Amino acid sequence: MLITERDQLRSEISQFVKKHGGDRSALIPALQYIQQKYTYISEFAMQAVADELDIHPVEVYGVVSFYSFLDCRPKGRFVIRLCRTISCEMQGKDRVARQLENDLGIKFGQTTPDGAFTLEYANCLGMCDQGPAMLVNDQIFSKVTPEKVHDILQGCRQVFGAHAMQRKEEHII
Amino acid sequence: MKTPSDRNSMTFASITPNEGLKIAVEKGRMGVLGELSESGLKGRGGAGFPTSVKWNLAAAAHDTKKYVVCNADEGEPGTFKDRFILAEFADLMFEGMTIGGFTIGAAEGIVYLRGEYTYLRGHLETVLEQRRKAKLLGKNILGKKGFNFDIRIQMGAGAYVCGEETALIESLEGQRGEPRNRPPFPVDTGFMGHPTIVNNVETFAWVASIIVKGGKWFKHIGTEKSTGLKLFSISGDVERPGVYEFPMGITVDQLLREVGGEGAKAVQIGGASGHCVHQKDFSRKIAYEDIPTGGSVIVFGRQRDMLAVAKNFLEFFVEESCGQCTPCRIGNEKLLEGVELLEKGCCSMKYLRELCSLGETMQIASKCGLGQSSPNAFLSIVKHFQDEIMGRTAIE
Repeated sequence: MLITERDQLRSEISQFVKKHGGDRSALIPALQYIQQKYTYISEFAMQAVADELDIHPVEVYGVVSFYSFLDCRPKGRFVIRLCRTISCEMQGKDRVARQLENDLGIKFGQTTPDGAFTLEYANCLGMCDQGPAMLVNDQIFSKVTPEKVHDILQGCRQVFGAHAMQRKEEHII
Repeated sequence: MKTPSDRNSMTFASITPNEGLKIAVEKGRMGVLGELSESGLKGRGGAGFPTSVKWNLAAAAHDTKKYVVCNADEGEPGTFKDRFILAEFADLMFEGMTIGGFTIGAAEGIVYLRGEYTYLRGHLETVLEQRRKAKLLGKNILGKKGFNFDIRIQMGAGAYVCGEETALIESLEGQRGEPRNRPPFPVDTGFMGHPTIVNNVETFAWVASIIVKGGKWFKHIGTEKSTGLKLFSISGDVERPGVYEFPMGITVDQLLREVGGEGAKAVQIGGASGHCVHQKDFSRKIAYEDIPTGGSVIVFGRQRDMLAVAKNFLEFFVEESCGQCTPCRIGNEKLLEGVELLEKGCCSMKYLRELCSLGETMQIASKCGLGQSSPNAFLSIVKHFQDEIMGRTAIE
């Protein structure tokens, strides 16, 4: 990371924390902000947040490692979370899972080498009446079938190709 | 026959918007508490704590700051009725929160929305903005001097345990979502140490409805100990899955007929932390005094392997245990290993009994509701489906 990038991250964090009251309760919103913008929370970012809130960086790491939507390793631009809870399982989640692995060429828990996709399982997404369900970043897909997987991935690839360097929230809402 | 997830079939659709808030302001705090107490409304998240008692305690507490928190961290497997309310009746829920603020004397409301529902946030912010413009949030609401209340949304970050109220407060404060010891209860020492009411999305919507239609109306529906109506999330092997409104006290049989789930061999009521009800018990009632639920009903048809169901739930708990207390952290791992042994067909009856005894220990010794209820599904499946799970041929 270049010095200027670091300075920028620091000032972003500082502004964000100030806007949110400047106390510890701003911690998780700040981490979510970093996560969304940079796809993960680097050690440097954790240190910067800790400095800003005047807490130990281990406290920040403790929080990051606790929540499944916060990561300390880089993720793909599109994080795919397939629901593995019982209702989706009964509606054929295993076949969707296999197709996702086949089409992306990675296993669950991995990220594609081009940094486009991360494949993960999630617990109940609250779509049990319309399973199998999965989230692609913040967007929900219900009644996913193995043959729909390709179209969903293709849709992501198109936006990814065109604006690869833009923030991910601009791709999919 | 009811249609699933049909907005217009719900009582919520018949409530005039903001009528409840107007009546609440006219009746005053004691009037609201009186109606709630008469209605017998209990927490719709599943724990079933009487709402009027919670609000009374918070209203009586002396503090300059109080908070109203809406628990929209609906993570229980098989539950999605809050998603439906947030999408269709968000206004009513916010109205209920505002009535809560008025009643206990709080100026700030927080919706803790689960990370998985981020796609609903835009809609909720729009509704909040409309309410602010209509002077239903902000300063001197409805012209009542000193009635100031506003609501903000904070996102969760993917942790089931944060549905537990003290863990939720920890998370709001920027901590790991680890449950606290209770007492002290949040009504006394809640968010930032101030008195806080934490209620489920559905509870707030019912509060607003009860203020309009009266506590008496609500009390006359349901059973004596479980009054009123409730939304149910129906999934699994049924013809018409979706969200339904039923009176409390409905039997499992009746419910299955309504949703097209006749012929089921078992029903999981209350999600992963609930109980697996065998076909022979389908005449039992869904109510706080019989089979309690937060609204999750998962139906299993004849072809389903109940051991796979137990395994799915235990994998869930191994993943979602916060790891703070030993019975829950280690216990769930041991139960899951046991299920894997059963799968391979190499678990002795003696060891299975030991596992059941471990499950009972977890029910007593775990710190919070998650750990205490995590062995429920395993225990009820072992009890009812022993002939199905013992002596299997190993699957290669």
